[in-house]
Amino acid sequence: MATVEEEKAGMVLLDFWVSPFGQRCRIALAEKGLQYEYREEDLVNSKSELLLRSNPVHKKIPVLLHHGRPVCESLVILDYLDEAFPDTPQLLPAPAYARARARFWADYVDKKVYECGSRLWKLKGELQAQARAEMVEILGTLEAELGEKDWFGGDSFGLVDVALAPFTAWFYSYEKYGEFSVDKVCPTLAAWARRCGERDSVAKHLTPPEKVYAFIDVLKKKYGVE
Amino acid sequence: MAATEEVTLLDLWASPFGQRCRIALAEKKVEYEYIEQNLADKSELLLRSNPVHKKIPVLLHAGRSICESLLIVEYIDETWPSPSPLLPADDPYARARARFWARYVDDKLFDCQTRLWKLKSGEPAHEQAKEDLVQALTTLEAELGDRDYFGGEAFGFVDVALVPFTAWFHTYEKFGGGVAEELCPRLVAWAHRCKERNSVAMAIADPHKLYDFVLYLKQKFGAK
Repeated sequence: MATVEEEKAGMVLLDFWVSPFGQRCRIALAEKGLQYEYREEDLVNSKSELLLRSNPVHKKIPVLLHHGRPVCESLVILDYLDEAFPDTPQLLPAPAYARARARFWADYVDKKVYECGSRLWKLKGELQAQARAEMVEILGTLEAELGEKDWFGGDSFGLVDVALAPFTAWFYSYEKYGEFSVDKVCPTLAAWARRCGERDSVAKHLTPPEKVYAFIDVLKKKYGVE
Repeated sequence: MAATEEVTLLDLWASPFGQRCRIALAEKKVEYEYIEQNLADKSELLLRSNPVHKKIPVLLHAGRSICESLLIVEYIDETWPSPSPLLPADDPYARARARFWARYVDDKLFDCQTRLWKLKSGEPAHEQAKEDLVQALTTLEAELGDRDYFGGEAFGFVDVALVPFTAWFHTYEKFGGGVAEELCPRLVAWAHRCKERNSVAMAIADPHKLYDFVLYLKQKFGAK
């Protein structure tokens, strides 16, 4: 049976600096105190052989390689880290119902936040206004779910917190493009975001909001958005 | 023990997502009450149980609601671990692979099939939907390979996730998506193998009834 050190030694994360999905994995690995090799993928110019071989279906990051075997899709990676390293702080609670709830909300973040955010900077006029209204609703829904808790995970920083935390770096951009204030629209969520930012695992791996904003300019050029 | 408390499934007869839950419950021999939902006039119970998405399926167990079909299937697997474990108990990597492929069915196959019936035939977007569907089916066929099931030797999570969509093969063909027996013969054989299980036979829709239902959907929601 491999020692903990040997287990830790076999991990590589294929990632992209600004990706909130990749950052989820970096945060989780840090929360668990796990060592890994970070490899930046050049998504703009050419994806590496290793990435294409490891994720032939989607050709996307993040990909976690553990002793050479690839795990793809950020939420699948988070589940895997909990299960492969049961002696590390767990992102998911033990009871089946609580796990289902956590996965539901992580899935909600996946389905809603990034896609709506993209429409905020990609679109104009009526469609942009619609995206703004939707983003405000999404953030409000997340705020309602958080309620009075410190974390979505209750007393401990959990799956949903990890899933959403990277997007806090995008709030600044959403505010600029959406012309609204997160502090005004969802003050409890804004406070949660600040609390996240105080955690080492998050602080070390989030892209500064201004850099995310600048990156969106790059994306706009790529997609031919004025 | 929570496992023995009342179980209810809010569902729609034609939904492949609902069928996943029915199959999982049957595999685990769990008794439950099935309540057919009218999505044109959503019930109080549905709206209360899934206020965020207002969609079926919803599993109600011990007074609590679980939403999203793959999460429901995992919940069923964890709450009633035997008989018939759907995710391999002691293999995190195999579990990760299973979750990946189940998501693939959701992200790719369902999306293509929706575009196939919704969009206008002959338009470039419809042609793209046909291409994407063919790619999704051949990718799944390649993943299945020579195995009896996506789970290997045992019927498992990915099999449950995908098998309801096999009732759509007839519809795919009618909408120009190609003949399944030619595109993905192994998948077709796998579908027959799965249908020998009572849980599957009882749950999945009749392909012709489903096609009629899709025609109705097209008339109501499709591009004019």
